[in-house]
Amino acid sequence: MREQILTFLEKNSRIDLKELAIILGTDEVTIINEISKMEKEKVICGYHTLIDWDKTSSDKVTALIEVRVTPQRGQGFDSIAERIYNYPEVRSVYLISGSYDLMVILEGKTLREVSGFVSDKLSTLDTVLSTATHFVLKKYKEHGTIFAKKSKDERMLVTP
Amino acid sequence: MRNWISDKVMRLEPSGIRKFFDIVSEMEDVISLGVGEPDFDTPWHIREEGIYSLEKGRTFYTSNAGLKELRVEICKYLHRRCRLDYDPDLETLVTVGGSEAIDLAMRTILNPGDEVLIPQPSFVSYLPCAVLADGVPKVIELKAENEFRLTKQELLDAITEKTRLLVLPYPNNPTGAVMTGEELEEIVEVIIEKDLFVLSDEIYSELTYEMEHVSIAGFPGMKERTVTINGFSKGLAMTGWRLGYACGPAEVIAQMNKVHQFAVMCAPTTSQYAAITALQNGDKDVAMMREAYNGRRRYLMHALEEMGLPCFEPFGAFYVFPCIQEFGMTSDEFAERLLAEEKVAVVPGTAFGKCGEGFLRISYAYSLEDLKRALERLGNFVKRLKGEIK
Repeated sequence: MREQILTFLEKNSRIDLKELAIILGTDEVTIINEISKMEKEKVICGYHTLIDWDKTSSDKVTALIEVRVTPQRGQGFDSIAERIYNYPEVRSVYLISGSYDLMVILEGKTLREVSGFVSDKLSTLDTVLSTATHFVLKKYKEHGTIFAKKSKDERMLVTP
Repeated sequence: MRNWISDKVMRLEPSGIRKFFDIVSEMEDVISLGVGEPDFDTPWHIREEGIYSLEKGRTFYTSNAGLKELRVEICKYLHRRCRLDYDPDLETLVTVGGSEAIDLAMRTILNPGDEVLIPQPSFVSYLPCAVLADGVPKVIELKAENEFRLTKQELLDAITEKTRLLVLPYPNNPTGAVMTGEELEEIVEVIIEKDLFVLSDEIYSELTYEMEHVSIAGFPGMKERTVTINGFSKGLAMTGWRLGYACGPAEVIAQMNKVHQFAVMCAPTTSQYAAITALQNGDKDVAMMREAYNGRRRYLMHALEEMGLPCFEPFGAFYVFPCIQEFGMTSDEFAERLLAEEKVAVVPGTAFGKCGEGFLRISYAYSLEDLKRALERLGNFVKRLKGEIK
């Protein structure tokens, strides 16, 4: 049941819970209880809105930054990750296998703001060995949703 | 000038769906619940395999029976999902959709005058295919109180000395009915005793809910008298690829292949390559779609209950078949008024046989959002009608 609820919520966190109960063949109270349990257990960590910012008047710049760091004795990568993820402009931080250590996703208003963050705050950390910044030019798909897709039903209206 | 159309074809009645399609096509802003194919796109990995096969220049005919590799995968699949064991070389034929397989089977099995038992309401092709093969279609009118399953008694009552073939259309379009193992067992007795051949159209076999599909060819003594027809259209959302298959006794399949090679040579090559990967890696896609249909099925049943439209709970395909007899209208009238007044298209039950009178086919091969909008309108319509009746 949990996985089924999550599959729906992940796509649409605003789904009517009464409807969800009908779809899953259970009652609303069960769904509500299960969700609040998952919220308490931090299985559900938040509810977000998927926005295509390009369609609004506000400017946003997204950058993916590869960061190579020196892990610290006794703490591995966790403490350096914490120093980075505490900055509010940092959207996501992942520990990555391969040729670099941390993937930092950053969102800023301008190119200058983002590069300022990298040169002033990120690169100056003692444990950071190097960074490589990639700016996002166009978002095609996010969170499983294709931004450009036209959803027109091309089927004939009535078929056997 | 003489009339160049054969009497046989002239006498064939055009499909009731066609008639309704023409009315619907003239209108704008129609929400349709009248479609008989999945709303999902073919899973991308399957489409990509089709593209890849074109890039590789695989644009030639395949062997008449279809690519060997595909036939092997079909047999593995039928073993895995339907507990059927067929030989890929001798007992398997790849066809242009399940529809071609139906046509081939009728033409291969029937002699002029042989009677074909066709349970209705059912898919529109069985009857004309039987006629074109010089058979004599005999309709078994299935009953709502049996939830549109074929009972032993109904079968016994329909059999004559001339009966040769029984069409078994489950999971059923348009009713959504399924037949369980126990229910099949009952009619298997009759089929064997009366020495009938069976055309089992299992194109919706992947779309059963809360229960597993059972193939009639799996019963002892049935494999040698059954052609099992299936395909990729419904379960894997591949309608436009036109790919299906027939499995049966070697001597029947060999003769069907003869007709097939003279009629169409072979099924589309691109589709065959895509279908190989569909069978190898598509189970999870099918499971995902089945789960989605099942959720919509529950939602739709709930909505019909709320608006007070009686309907038995169907466990197969993607249709529900509610009863509208209480409104004193024919299915055609109901469907046409619903279309005119609320711009919602459903298919009158009569498109699938006379005994579909008093019923509608509603498809749930639509997104929940679409279903919701359409059901709201249907609900308003029913509410108004109930007011009118009082």
